This record gives sequence, structure tokens and C-alpha cells, in this order.
Amino acid sequence: MNIIVLIKQVPNTTEVKLDPKTGNLIREGIETIINPDDLHALETAITLKETYGATITVLTMGPPQAIDALSEAMGMGADQAVLLSDRAFAGADTWATSFTLGKAIEHIGEFDLILAGRQAIDGDTAQVGPQVAGLLDLPQVTYVFDIEAVKPDYVVVKRRLEDGYERVQCNLPALLTVMAGEKQPRYPLVSALLLACREKAPIQVWNAADIGVTTAEIGLEGSLTHVIRTFAPKFERHSEFLEGSTVEMAQNLIGRFKENKLISLAGAEASQGRNTTFPEERRK
Amino acid sequence: MAVWVEIDLCDGCRRCTRACPYDAMKIQDGKAHVGDRCTSCGACMDACRNKAILTDAKPRVVPDFRDHTGVWVFAEQRGGELNRVSLELLGRAQGLAKDLNQEVAAVLIGDLVSGLASALIAFGADKVYLAEHAALKDYRTEAYAHVLEELIAAHKPNILLLGATHIGRDLAPRVSKRVGSGLTADCTELSIDVDEGILWQTRPAFGGNVMATIANRFSRPQMATVRPGVMEVIPTPAKEGAVITHVAKLTEERIRTKTLEIVKETQARVDLSKAKIIVAGGRGANDPAGFELLRELADTLGAALAGTRVAFEEGWIPASSQVGQTGLTVRPDLYIACGVSGAIQHRAGMMDSKFIVAINKDPYAPIFKVADWGIVGDLFDVVPELTKQLRTVCEVMCD
Repeated sequence: MNIIVLIKQVPNTTEVKLDPKTGNLIREGIETIINPDDLHALETAITLKETYGATITVLTMGPPQAIDALSEAMGMGADQAVLLSDRAFAGADTWATSFTLGKAIEHIGEFDLILAGRQAIDGDTAQVGPQVAGLLDLPQVTYVFDIEAVKPDYVVVKRRLEDGYERVQCNLPALLTVMAGEKQPRYPLVSALLLACREKAPIQVWNAADIGVTTAEIGLEGSLTHVIRTFAPKFERHSEFLEGSTVEMAQNLIGRFKENKLISLAGAEASQGRNTTFPEERRK
Repeated sequence: MAVWVEIDLCDGCRRCTRACPYDAMKIQDGKAHVGDRCTSCGACMDACRNKAILTDAKPRVVPDFRDHTGVWVFAEQRGGELNRVSLELLGRAQGLAKDLNQEVAAVLIGDLVSGLASALIAFGADKVYLAEHAALKDYRTEAYAHVLEELIAAHKPNILLLGATHIGRDLAPRVSKRVGSGLTADCTELSIDVDEGILWQTRPAFGGNVMATIANRFSRPQMATVRPGVMEVIPTPAKEGAVITHVAKLTEERIRTKTLEIVKETQARVDLSKAKIIVAGGRGANDPAGFELLRELADTLGAALAGTRVAFEEGWIPASSQVGQTGLTVRPDLYIACGVSGAIQHRAGMMDSKFIVAINKDPYAPIFKVADWGIVGDLFDVVPELTKQLRTVCEVMCD
């Protein structure tokens, strides 16, 4: 079975901060990681390899340092990797990114399954996976958290819904986007990691010419959406810290609730239609 | 798009071969030739001192899209029930359509769903495009994308909005590829730019750390998925609208997925979007016993119980109760966050609550930045005390 896994190296956005003066992201010193959902995609691929036997190719589009993400993926168990790196790829929106990845996949050759993470923690779009599937005209299932069965012609997967899940049968070849399931992604094996860092490691680096695209189709020029501006979300409130003992703080808080008529609503719901006037009101 | 060398002007100086990043220029018989590896990047053109290298590439021009009109909303339904986000989108669509002097249309796809059309009109649709077929009974990517593609080709809308739900985020990118148009994900604000008459789409990125405003100048329809729970529902009870039936060309054989089974959560599903008070727990709740304390508080207040992504991953709450960037957005009157650190991904989901209370041991927890009232303390002490006092209040009230 041939599996291609799409991954992205991202800044760890739980650590990212904004410069209060410029409103720009402070990227220095922020560690880069493999996007968490992509780790789940890798784990899924490697588990399939262990169960059914497979060759796993990892693909990423990124700056030169994204090669570290590929080494890590191979340390986990991927067999070979491709880094798509070219200045001309920069500034791409999901349309141009999915086009670039799609062209690269055509150059990688035959596959049975493409796995991608549901969404990246920097872009947060969840669009690249389905757009690649659309470009390659593959059936897709998104929000997959479990692969039940793999047959020669189809897979059966569990897809997360807002209020439960559905079991879907999907013809192969297909593209699945994967989110966290029951298993935690494994750590890379040090021995495999070392092999992946060697010069002879099966990691290729391709540029725009290697995948036969023109600059008009990729990067900023090939994008169909453009960022007009970015700004910091404003959501700081003036926080009042309540003081005193636990009993006092609780009293204080309930007082605030009453002042703002928040608790009369609660009172009405909790008391189920009984008399809901406050003691102060009744004394009038 | 091509790049080529005017042989008569070339003097074989090799400036272009050195400038080319792709090794695409070759010298033959003392003249430069552009090879297969050319990406039309133009580096050779910049380098050539004889202006011997030409291209037919034209600068990007905004096409004339005057024949694309209408603000469309994908009316999401499951099992014959409309998702509330469809009404929220119709609410916003009304304002956008007014600014553009165009009409609002809803697209209703399914099997035996025509009864929902009147609700769509009563909440803003001037028209409802109805596509019914047995193969459309349960949502499947290829079937629904195919129908939307047919409708878009036939009627050329200006804007298409979908909810950023599991269905919407599966369907929209597929439709975007089919019709060749740009798509923006998970928008929290939409407006029409006065100068260009285009849709400005604002959305959170980097886990909610940054807001980005995005435009789609070069393709139509301008497509966006919109975060549920953000836009306002605006009823239009007096509105009269038309229902236009669309006959979809579909066969089962061409749809490459099958829904085998739909499994609903066993835990009672609370609709957080309707809750006026929400009690939420995070890592600080520690274990299911900790969450029980929060449940007692919620019960006393008549509130809904929710949690962060950590709470969901630990199994303390179901997926439908997770609030945050990858969960739900809620706007209750009162949000009580207990043992929640306030990471930006969680804040993104509750920051528009009217009043926010934070209870946390750590005085430097980011949650306090968005709280109206903060209690620095151990929730295992504070929450039971709060519950106890609230019960007294209720008893007094209920004499």
C-alpha cells in the first residue's frame, strides 16, 4: 500500500505573542513543531503500515528548515520524504498551496491513500486537505478519528460530527483528513532519526521547476485570496480581583451577579416557576 | 504563459544562465534558449542587458464581475432539521445584500426537505434554490459539491456563505476547487468594502492570536465559511420569497462514499448556544470528581456545563461541550471559567460573553485578562462555597 502524508511545520501558537506596539507576531524564539493534527495523520499512517504493510512518503511545502519536520516524521516511521522549497512558493493561500502539493503528488507517482491533518494551528483553515482532494479528483472524508478497516478497494472510517460520529465507507484511492483519535502519536526512534539526518537519507528537495509549475500558478501570484491587513484582537477587560476569605469572595461574587441581574434568570430557571422575587423586592 | 529569447538580440553573454534559479537556460550555438524547467519567474528578463528575453505574461487584472449577483447562503440541514447557523448567515446576508443592492438566496439540498424553505424565507431569503434527490438524503461531499457547482454555474452568485461546521468545512473547499474560486475559512466578521464593492472577510489565525482581513478580487463567487454563534439571526416574518426547484443530475455510482451509520452521542447533548449561563472547567478541575463540583454549581445556577479542549481530551465532557478555537463559540450572559488557564485558543470561543468570571489558583493565568471578576483561589474551595451560598439564595427566593 502506498501512503502519502502531508505535513506542515508550524510555530507553536500556544506560545506565540503579539508585539503590543506594532500588533505583529513575535516569531523569534518560538519553537517550530510538526502541526499537531499532522502528527495524528503520521501516527495513523504508521499504524496502517504496521497492520497492513505500506510505504509512507511524507510531503511538506515550506522553507529550508522544514526539513527538520521531515526528519522527525521519518524518525517516527515514514520511509521517504519530499521537501517542496522555493521562494516562489511563498505567500501562498490555500488555493496555491493545494495546487503546489497536488503537482508534487503527481510527481511522486502512485498512491492508495493520502492522509493530512485536519487543520494547521497557524492558518486554522482546514482547507488544504480537501482542496488537494478536489484538485486530484479523489473522494474525501474529513474529521476522521479512526480507521476501522482497509480493503483493497475501500476503507471504512469513523468521522467526527458535532454531536457524535458517522461511519463512512470510502473508495480508494482517497484523501482523509485526520484529527486526534485514541492513540497518542509516538515519539521518533533515536536510531531512525539519526538515519534520517544522514546525507544519504531518502529526502528529496524539489523546487518549482522540479514539479513543472509556473510562478503565476503558485505563491502570492497564484493565490485567489489575499490578506488586506492583520491586527491584534481586542479582548482585554478590566478585571476586578475579589478579595477576602473564600466565604467573602463568594458573597461578593453573588452580589455582583444580582447587581447585573444575572442571577434572577438563574433563579427563574432553577426554581421552576415558583415565586422568584428577591427578598429585597418583597420587603418593599 | 511563456518566456522566450529573441535570438537576434542575444549576444550569448550568459547573464541569464547565471540568474536563472532553476537551471532552465541553455546556451546553444552561442545563443540562449529557454528550456523545459522554466517557471516564468522572470529572473532572466531582469538580468538581460539587451532586453532580448520576452514574455506574454500580463499583469493581473481584476475581471469584470458585474454578471455575478446575489448573496447566497448554504442552508445546512441534517435529518430534515435546519442548523441554526443557516439562520445566522441569512441574518448577515441581509445586510450585505442591502449594501450591494442585490438579493439574498438560500440553497437547500437534501431529500424531502422542501418544508424548510418557508423558514429560510422567514429569516431573510428572497429566493430558495431547492435540490432534492434520494442520493442527497445524508451529507456526502461529492454529491453536495456537484449540486452546488451546477447551481453556481447556472446562476452566477456574487457571494456564497456556508457555516464553518463539519459539513461546511468539508464542502466549501471542494466547491471552491470545482468552481475555481477563493475561499476564506471561519470568518467572524463580514462587510462590503465601499471602494471596491467586494467582501471583506475577517477571521482569527495563529490560534486566535491574530485577526486577518482577507479579500478575493480575482474570482467569483467570493466564498467564506462563517463561525457559528457569531452572526445575528434577523427574522423577516412578512417577507415573501420564491422557491426555485433545481433538478440535480446525480447517480449513486458517481458518489464514491457511503454513510454506513450515524451514531449520536450518548451523553445528553446541551445546546450551549442557547445557554444564558455557562460553567466551564479546564485542566484545573483535575479529574471527573473535580468536574462533578462544577456540575453541581451549574445545576444550582440552571447553567450549562462546558469545558476546554483539555477537558474534552481527558473525557470529562463530550465534544459538543468543548468551547474554543477548535470547538464552539458561545456568547452567554455569564461565563464562569473554573481551573481554566485561558489559553488564546479557548478565549477565542468565549470572549464575547457578556460577563466573565475566572476562578484559578494562578494569579498570572491569562484568563484573568478577559475576566470581569477574578477570584484567585483553589476551585476545590471556591466552587463548593459558591454553590452552597447560591443554594441559600435560591431557597430564600423560593419561599
